[in-house]
Amino acid sequence: MSRNIWALLSSDFSHGSTSIFAPAGTPAHSIFSLSLLVLGITTAIFLIVAGLLLFAVIRYRHRASDANASQEPPQIYGSTQIELSWTVIPVLIVVLLFLATTRIILSTQNAPKPAAALDVTIVGHQYWWEFSYPKLGIVTANELHIPVSDPKHPTPTYLTMTSADTDHSFWVPRLAGKMDLIPNQINTMWLDPQTPGLYLGQCAQYCGIQHAKMLLRVYADSPADFAAWVARQQKPANNDATLDQQAVAGRAVFQHSVCISCHTVAGTVATGRFGPDLTHLASRDTIASGSLPNTPANLRAFIDNPAAFKPGALMPAMHLNQHDLDAVTAYLSTLK
Amino acid sequence: MATHTSAPAPSTTYTPPRRLVLDVLHDWVTTVDHKKLGLMYIGYALIFLVIAGFQALLMRVQLSIPNNTFVSPQTFNSLFTMHGTTMVFFVGMPILFGFGNYLVPLMIGARDMAFPRLNAFSFWISAFGGFLLYFSYFGASGLYGAGNAPDVGWFAYAPLTARVFSPGHSTDYWTLAILLSGISSIGTALNIVATTLCMRCPGMKLSRMPLLVWLYLVTSSLVFVTISPLTAAQIMLMLDRYAGSHFFDTQAGGSAVLWMHFFWIFGHPEVYILVLPAFAFANEIIPVFSRKAIFGYPAMVAASVGIGFISLSVWAHHMFTVGLGPGANTFFVLATMVISVPTGIKLFNWLATLWGGKIHFTASMMFAIGFLFQFLIAGLTGIMLSVAPFDWQLGSSYFVVAHFHYVLVGAILFMIFSAFYYWYPKMSGRMLSERLGKWHFWIFLIGFHLTFDFMHVPGLLGMPRRIYTYEADRGWMIWNMIVSSGAVFQAAGTLLFVYNMVWSYFKGPIAGPDPWDAWTLEWSTPSPPPEYNFAVIPTVDSRRPLWDIKHPDDPDSRYE
Repeated sequence: MSRNIWALLSSDFSHGSTSIFAPAGTPAHSIFSLSLLVLGITTAIFLIVAGLLLFAVIRYRHRASDANASQEPPQIYGSTQIELSWTVIPVLIVVLLFLATTRIILSTQNAPKPAAALDVTIVGHQYWWEFSYPKLGIVTANELHIPVSDPKHPTPTYLTMTSADTDHSFWVPRLAGKMDLIPNQINTMWLDPQTPGLYLGQCAQYCGIQHAKMLLRVYADSPADFAAWVARQQKPANNDATLDQQAVAGRAVFQHSVCISCHTVAGTVATGRFGPDLTHLASRDTIASGSLPNTPANLRAFIDNPAAFKPGALMPAMHLNQHDLDAVTAYLSTLK
Repeated sequence: MATHTSAPAPSTTYTPPRRLVLDVLHDWVTTVDHKKLGLMYIGYALIFLVIAGFQALLMRVQLSIPNNTFVSPQTFNSLFTMHGTTMVFFVGMPILFGFGNYLVPLMIGARDMAFPRLNAFSFWISAFGGFLLYFSYFGASGLYGAGNAPDVGWFAYAPLTARVFSPGHSTDYWTLAILLSGISSIGTALNIVATTLCMRCPGMKLSRMPLLVWLYLVTSSLVFVTISPLTAAQIMLMLDRYAGSHFFDTQAGGSAVLWMHFFWIFGHPEVYILVLPAFAFANEIIPVFSRKAIFGYPAMVAASVGIGFISLSVWAHHMFTVGLGPGANTFFVLATMVISVPTGIKLFNWLATLWGGKIHFTASMMFAIGFLFQFLIAGLTGIMLSVAPFDWQLGSSYFVVAHFHYVLVGAILFMIFSAFYYWYPKMSGRMLSERLGKWHFWIFLIGFHLTFDFMHVPGLLGMPRRIYTYEADRGWMIWNMIVSSGAVFQAAGTLLFVYNMVWSYFKGPIAGPDPWDAWTLEWSTPSPPPEYNFAVIPTVDSRRPLWDIKHPDDPDSRYE
């Protein structure tokens, strides 16, 4: 534990990187406002009932010094009026809460989809996220890029979600509530971040041994940045002419080993679909589903033995020799 | 009050000869006496409570700092699976059925349960289920003496339980253990329903039945309805795993959501199956230590029956994020919110029972008062979770974990402790030490609030449940540290309680038949009661037969 504990202590409660009380998108905002109403009502109930309880416990305690301490108190068996009052008042509160809740359910789940909306398909895998943009012809993993949405000209992103194996759940607290990814079922949700930035999240439904390291990163890009990102992702990864000798060797190792049965690098013989698409691996900030910074050293170590970082991850240790490891790392680092 | 505690032992001049250990063992193993079976239920539940509590401690050590490597991911996943499964099926159910077994016949003036041999069968089958669950540590990988405990979570969502994702036999042991526990629960529930309906003593109309017995009747009826789908689902899962069926096998067109429905139509009423007995204890203990009759008996009965019915229609509030659509979500929001009304009625009636009383702060009553405050908070966080959009954020996060532990520990376990301090004298013939009991209360209270108050916070900050470790930069560490530190206090409090039970069994003051000056029939028998309970079957004229005897000038029967 070499980390500075005080830095952790000082992380702001309301502006923590994944706090539900720091909403940055419409669905998270409407949940936030609803939660304030609910918190207000429940706090009021707590203060009243706990106050009465506390009063009763103190006021009606048995005192040995009382003149009639040994006598039983008056026996009271009930009162219909009082029972009625503490039935009717809660019913009214329930009606209020129910109407407020229904309003938000409908405004979120029945929201009309604008024509300018972006479509992304998400497939959950043990233990990573596959993102594809069917209309843009892009496939990527673990780091979702979406445009910011200007409330005047909304460009929300609609997510169509399913799973390739077990249940998962997509949760980026600052943008929206969670939605599960379930095999054999299509779920949908939408995001509309209004300020550019990185929004963190992670899988919220226990999906197997490495559920803890199935992290999520959503990048909300300005329209220009998003267009640039799309243009880059649509291009093939690397131009053969620019590869140095080591990268060429690495490509040969990559293409002649089992890597290609699970991974795709668009435009090459690598067309596996079981693992993350690596076409633009080097353009991503992290590897191992958001759990490691994407540095050549981390990449090399992960290829050598993924279980050292994520025991239970489905990628096997590749048992490459040092020379081949360096070469493959060099090749993958060119996939910008 | 408590004047009997210092009374000398009843003058039994005849001392039976000491028996051989084997005789005693034979006696307990073959017994069909509801009291002995009740005590065995309670004893084995306490053993599992300590085991599952220890598992919780290990998890809290692992989570106290980020990127910890105290246990491996797989070990952590089995720890939370075993902790949850054990606590629900092999601590909660048996301890509550144990108290029910012991108390129901005594409180209705009966000499035993309706089906004593079924009762023994239920106990042993449940004990065998618990044994199977833990045998997975040795046998779940087949013949090699190597095993691994189930690691699919206590609600074992499909398709994680399919053979492709859960090879080996750990899931099979889990399934079998649940199946056996379910058979046992149905047997006991059948017994309790038959006993309460058919074996009440003369004069005890349903409207004069102690509230504890009413609540056990509702709980047992719920068991009938809810254990059946659970058992069916376990059999379907077995068929999927070994007979090639595809109920939950999504790779072949099965439905993961189907399992969720099966599980939660059991799983949510299960919460009420566990909490209604806690209410039952409160209904007996709060009036006695307030020295007043329960306020609003008919309303309490109606609220209990109401909770029983409504609890069958709320299950999909566990599934607000699986994509049921706005229609279904709205329905389950309403059903879930509505159940807060009868639950609130109960709390208000307890409050009214305290009001105007003379409250005696025995260890038992202190736990009961703790229960009232904590159940209030648990109910209010429950209302937050019933608001589906709020649940989209809070569900599957540490907020939910904190919420349901507030119910299970803050309400149910507190009431179980309260029940121990209250009925231990009846069961053993000796008083528990009040001094140790109060220490136990305060230490456990501090531990409970350190752990479960602060556990809400990482949930609000985006920490999902069931993760074996977390990133250092999320700001979750400090909260997890506090949560883990509370676990130490809870463990210390529990050890004190166990010590108190053992010490008092040998050294505690003799209790006498009625140490609390209470009003229900179990206190009219010697402590511990003889095998036949009542030499003469009593006749009652009111809900508080012993009050009538103690206050012949002002009997309850005049007001009912």
